[in-house]
Amino acid sequence: MNRRFLFVLPLVGFAVIASYFAVGLTRDPSALPSVLIDTPAPEFALDPIKGRDRGLSREDLEGEVSLVNIFGSWCFACRVEHPLLMQLKKENAVPIHGIDWREIDPDDGPKWLARFGDPYTLIGDDPVSRAAIAFGVTGAPETFVVDKNGVIRYKHAGVVTGQVWEEILRPLIEELRRQ
Amino acid sequence: MIAEAGLFALTLALLVALVQASVPMIGAHRGNAAWMEVARPAAIAQFLLIAFSFACLTYAFVTSDFSLLAVVRYSHTAKPMLYKISGVWANHEGSMLLWVLILSVYGAAVAAFGRNLPPSLRARVMGVQAMIAAGFILFILFTSNPFERMLPAPDNGQGLNPLLQDPGLAFHPPFLYMGYVGFSIAFSFAVAALIEGRVDAAWARWVRPWTLVAWIFLTAGIAMGSWWAYYELGWGGWWFWDPVENASFMPWLAGTALLHSAVVVEKRDTLKGWTIFLAIVTFALSLLGTFLVRSGVLTSVHTFATDPARGTFILVLLLVVIGGSLALFAWRGPALASTGVFQPISREGSLLLNNLLLTTAAAAVLLGTLYPLFLDAVGGGKVSVGPPFFNAVFLPLIAPMVAVMAVGPLLTWKRADVGPALTRLWVAFAAALAAVVLAWAVIADGPIFALLGMGLAAWLLVGTVVGFAERVRLFRVPFPETLRRIGRVPRAAWGMTLAHGGLAVAIAGMIGAGAWKVESIQTMKPGDTVAVAGFTFTFEGARQVQGPNYSATRGTFTVARDGRPVVTLHPEKRDYPVERSPTTEAAIHPTFFGDLYVVIGDAQGSDGAFVTRIYFNPLVVWMWGGILVMVAGGMVSLSDRRHRVGAPKPSRAAAGAGAGAPARA
Repeated sequence: MNRRFLFVLPLVGFAVIASYFAVGLTRDPSALPSVLIDTPAPEFALDPIKGRDRGLSREDLEGEVSLVNIFGSWCFACRVEHPLLMQLKKENAVPIHGIDWREIDPDDGPKWLARFGDPYTLIGDDPVSRAAIAFGVTGAPETFVVDKNGVIRYKHAGVVTGQVWEEILRPLIEELRRQ
Repeated sequence: MIAEAGLFALTLALLVALVQASVPMIGAHRGNAAWMEVARPAAIAQFLLIAFSFACLTYAFVTSDFSLLAVVRYSHTAKPMLYKISGVWANHEGSMLLWVLILSVYGAAVAAFGRNLPPSLRARVMGVQAMIAAGFILFILFTSNPFERMLPAPDNGQGLNPLLQDPGLAFHPPFLYMGYVGFSIAFSFAVAALIEGRVDAAWARWVRPWTLVAWIFLTAGIAMGSWWAYYELGWGGWWFWDPVENASFMPWLAGTALLHSAVVVEKRDTLKGWTIFLAIVTFALSLLGTFLVRSGVLTSVHTFATDPARGTFILVLLLVVIGGSLALFAWRGPALASTGVFQPISREGSLLLNNLLLTTAAAAVLLGTLYPLFLDAVGGGKVSVGPPFFNAVFLPLIAPMVAVMAVGPLLTWKRADVGPALTRLWVAFAAALAAVVLAWAVIADGPIFALLGMGLAAWLLVGTVVGFAERVRLFRVPFPETLRRIGRVPRAAWGMTLAHGGLAVAIAGMIGAGAWKVESIQTMKPGDTVAVAGFTFTFEGARQVQGPNYSATRGTFTVARDGRPVVTLHPEKRDYPVERSPTTEAAIHPTFFGDLYVVIGDAQGSDGAFVTRIYFNPLVVWMWGGILVMVAGGMVSLSDRRHRVGAPKPSRAAAGAGAGAPARA
């Protein structure tokens, strides 16, 4: 009896894993919670990260079309999109504000930026996910397009690639600027 | 036209696979030899059809046929030929086609080399193979057609992610797939054995070389990917516990365990259920590896397909393949009687312990990789677990395994005394102490775990040599007798010695590169000098150069030690205009004790100053070298005539596994 149980165990374990997979799959990682599209960015005010004087708050997002980029020094994919953000900064393409999310050590974010370069106009430190929850962030990196009235117009989950920038973000930003 | 021909051939291959999945199975069930014989020509035909289909897609890429969607999206006329070809599998659709191509290569290999398998076992193995093939071809045809047209055709393509335009990565996926898919053979053998209700020494003998082939390719493939990350991503690191890296590492861990437990089945006729289970798990993890990369469930640098429809299809495929085989295991597995009995302290015992640690490690990696997904499923939000988790969980599991690895080969089968084995290992123990002291003397500091790790590596290396010396009775018999024994050591034993020794060297390299890396980040003007790890790096300036499909900023650094010039390094920062994304080309000068690694960053101001990152990565060469030796060990073992598919007769298996016989790998 006992022995037979051992042989059934893997099947049971697999069933558990598979059901989690099934649930995970039905959640599209890049789907924006529709409630957030075309609504004003949530109210938030974040402290600056070490080495900077200004943090990031709701008011900073008004006046100009900008990107809000969720990143963290622990985030592998953030390093992948990072060169593109640096490129955008070099070209003065659009102001990019950063939310430094879930740093364990307050030095980690500044160190990471010192090492790879700092593409951000303003950065808010968000170690306990205050702004991240308000924005409905599901993972890092995520990038929001915010128009000049501070309204969220688009969310991209995952790495901003050259293609995403060229095909989605840049046209959208140009259109928002014309409005 | 060519594309349509490719699609047609793939559809035909599906039909052939469906025949191969059914007729031989029924034949084996009824004992009908003619029906069973259908499997072999079917496998060959399937291979030819898929190869033709793959050739058609390659042709489209090589000739830049922009009426094909995949070519438009992943190729460009300005791309060098090598990357036009690698573009075939650098995208989702093409890589799936490569997957089934390799599956059909293995299937054809079983048809060609499996002549003296028992007919019913062969028919069933190939039938199971065909079921997998049918599932994947269906997946391609329904959700990922690489031959999809795009009309009107654009003038040029959108290129390929420049990060992927690299010789190391061009050949990384084929190797990885040779590994992943290779485990399908072990899986098919396991399922066939469950259907037959019989697992014996002969069965293990047939499974081992196939598993070994897959293991060799997977080891090489993972190393290539890691090597690519090391020199292309420009962070001076080589392993990031990224979900996609984990996806290839889990089947490696399980496959390594399978390789060892199959030995026990062959020699001692025990651990049968466990071995079958490992064969299923290893292939399941290989499928999961394919799945993780392909579905976008976990977002990462490699994940270039985010499409829930595909994900759902693969999920169903996984459910059928893994769920089905585990159900079969639950139903038929208990009937597999083992005859061999053994004490906990024995060769079998040590192999079982190694197995348990390896599979626990694989489970830990699985947990860490899927944990974000689990959390998401229960509404906890997405998180990244990251290296701290993996290092904290993985290292404590692997350290005892490495410690036991040195002892295991010195134990006898069935029952052993650990005392004499440890006595013989006094040299290894002394070497371990010496390594700790030496590392401490050189570094004068450093995390204690790294020092102990160096000791562990020395323990394993010298322990492996001691194991070999014992086998040839070095210093115990006259020297000519030892030489004669060396000549008679089976290649499988040479292979084991090489693989274990290679791992020891690789571990030393990993610890060195992981714990004692020196890095220096600064802004340098031309003429500036920075000292790193006893070397002086002088920045001579940077200029613009033009590549075939990119422009680059190329820096020049001269490196000197004690005033004597060592090398001139040229790191580049490339900009690919088509894809609009920059890449970093680190300049690396490998030396025996460490790599000099220089990266050039962004220009600062107008006086020619640049951000530069300079690393000294100790012992990296040891890591790559050690892995190469492991792969070589696998190949030497594969060349053992007892492994050669078909060579051994089943009757010899029982005779060869005499209790208490001197250790054989």
